[in-house]
Amino acid sequence: MSEPSLAGLRVAITGGTSGLGLALVRRLLDRKAHVAFVARGRKGVERTCRERPDACGIVGDVSRKDDIHPIAIQVLGALGGLDVLVNNASSLGPVPLAPLADTECEDLELAFGTNVVGPFRLTRALLGALAASARDGRAPLVVNISSDAALNPYAGWGAYGASKAALHHLSRIWNEELAAEGIRIVSIDPGDMDTPLHSLAVPDADRSQLKSPDTAAAEIVQLIAAHAGSHAGALEITR
Amino acid sequence: MIPANVAVQRPVDARLLVVDAAGCVTHHRRADFPSLVASGDLVIANDAATLPASLSGIHEATSCPIELRLAGRRSILARDVRRFIAVAFGGGDFRTPTEQRSLPPTIRPGDALQLGPLRARVRNVLGHPRLIEIDFDGSVEGIWEGLARHGCPIQYAYLGQPLAIWDTWTRIASLPVAFEAPSAGFILDWRVIAALRARGATFATITHAAGISSTGDPHLDALLPLDEPYDIPTSTAALIDATRRRDGRIIAIGTTVVRALEDAAARDGCVRSGPAVATLRVGPLTPLRIVDALVTGQHEPGTSHFELLRAFLDDEALGHAAREAEAYAYRTHEFGDSLFGANRNAKFKMQNAKALESFEGSPGSLAS
Repeated sequence: MSEPSLAGLRVAITGGTSGLGLALVRRLLDRKAHVAFVARGRKGVERTCRERPDACGIVGDVSRKDDIHPIAIQVLGALGGLDVLVNNASSLGPVPLAPLADTECEDLELAFGTNVVGPFRLTRALLGALAASARDGRAPLVVNISSDAALNPYAGWGAYGASKAALHHLSRIWNEELAAEGIRIVSIDPGDMDTPLHSLAVPDADRSQLKSPDTAAAEIVQLIAAHAGSHAGALEITR
Repeated sequence: MIPANVAVQRPVDARLLVVDAAGCVTHHRRADFPSLVASGDLVIANDAATLPASLSGIHEATSCPIELRLAGRRSILARDVRRFIAVAFGGGDFRTPTEQRSLPPTIRPGDALQLGPLRARVRNVLGHPRLIEIDFDGSVEGIWEGLARHGCPIQYAYLGQPLAIWDTWTRIASLPVAFEAPSAGFILDWRVIAALRARGATFATITHAAGISSTGDPHLDALLPLDEPYDIPTSTAALIDATRRRDGRIIAIGTTVVRALEDAAARDGCVRSGPAVATLRVGPLTPLRIVDALVTGQHEPGTSHFELLRAFLDDEALGHAAREAEAYAYRTHEFGDSLFGANRNAKFKMQNAKALESFEGSPGSLAS
């Protein structure tokens, strides 16, 4: 059974060369969306571009302030605008995981830089484009990838959990504030997935108990499609 | 007037000089701009983001350093980034006023330019040693990456510090196609846009590839503005139509919005949606068919921006405004104070006249 096309939908995904991000890139391209993805390593970006020449790969690190506008410029240059931003790139903080009392401040900063400040900066840089999408009646959406560690205080997950909690709450507040602009911001917990990030955190996990990133990606694409579909063609001229 | 030499988009003490359709001048806090807007008005801004359009590199034939400032393009399409018109400077940086910047080495068609990771070929020299047309080599994605990573925003000698790209993006910045910031849009932030809506006004945008404001060379400056591509969204064209039918005012944020809308309407008075290239040069004899009022910076006589203002206000009103701006030390340039100018020929609607009356009592003395 073929799923409805997402042709014309312009999507940017950070952390797009592994795990959930890569699964999202594949699934969105399969649905004919126009996709740009971001990752830190040029080799990974080139590898993903070879696999999927229909995607635009961008080298950049969302935790670096100086990378944000170059990323935004390339996203908008490649897609000509933006309807959906998926802030997926994440940092665990200290690897191996450490209790907060043993967490170096720099590792905490890295987790917040990648998981909170980076998504905040990139979303802000792309907010004008998302607002333009809303004025065109296209129902823009920002998906921030969160975690159950944002809500539950798991020992050892302090830097990650605290930063994802901040991202989760930032999403909720920003969603309230941007309602009048027609921009939706959601925070999603995709569940415990079999990803490189998870194996860094829990190297001896029973992988058979973990969700496949492709399954999680399918659920998120479903949400994106439902949001886009519920507004399709609803070009309203409103104040 | 004095140059605003700090790159703050919305300084708390920014001011707004208002010149009404009768030529009367009043002084206001710029933050109070929404109070000038009435229910039924349509405020239109340029949502172009600023390209890092200054590219430094080497002219290969002479090995001389060169700075290119991208200044014009054929279309607004994001993928159309191979060919540009550019203004070339010799070595030096932004601390040298453009008037004193050296000429580039002699450039000939076919010459290669290495601009960081970007490689370009000169197609034509356009009648002036500084004005050239170039083609970038490589893929579209590679050109965007090179511009994004190597380019800097065009710099201004009057600023104390070099501009970062984020200094040049308005809050509403979307497609990166402007060569210099559409700086009248610095007046807007999301709270101001919400305040406009709360007053019953509507907010819309166009995208206009704003060209460079000056080159420091009088012969080149006489050519400005170059042709500028723009795009008018369907929703904006529909809002313009609806606003005109209900006799609301159309308020343009920035000269680029005026140029795009009046260019689009030059043929038959109707603003059609879609991409086009503005060739119209708005001046004292240009009939304004669409725009009822303009928010812009403080412009000096002789510039193309000032010529555009002459379509709105007669020379007597502009002279009066200039004397007031001088007397009260308004700040000029991109990060300076603003001017709200009404179209002298627009029907001045009652509701708006009332809005202005109630507004004039509110801001208190600004010019102390």
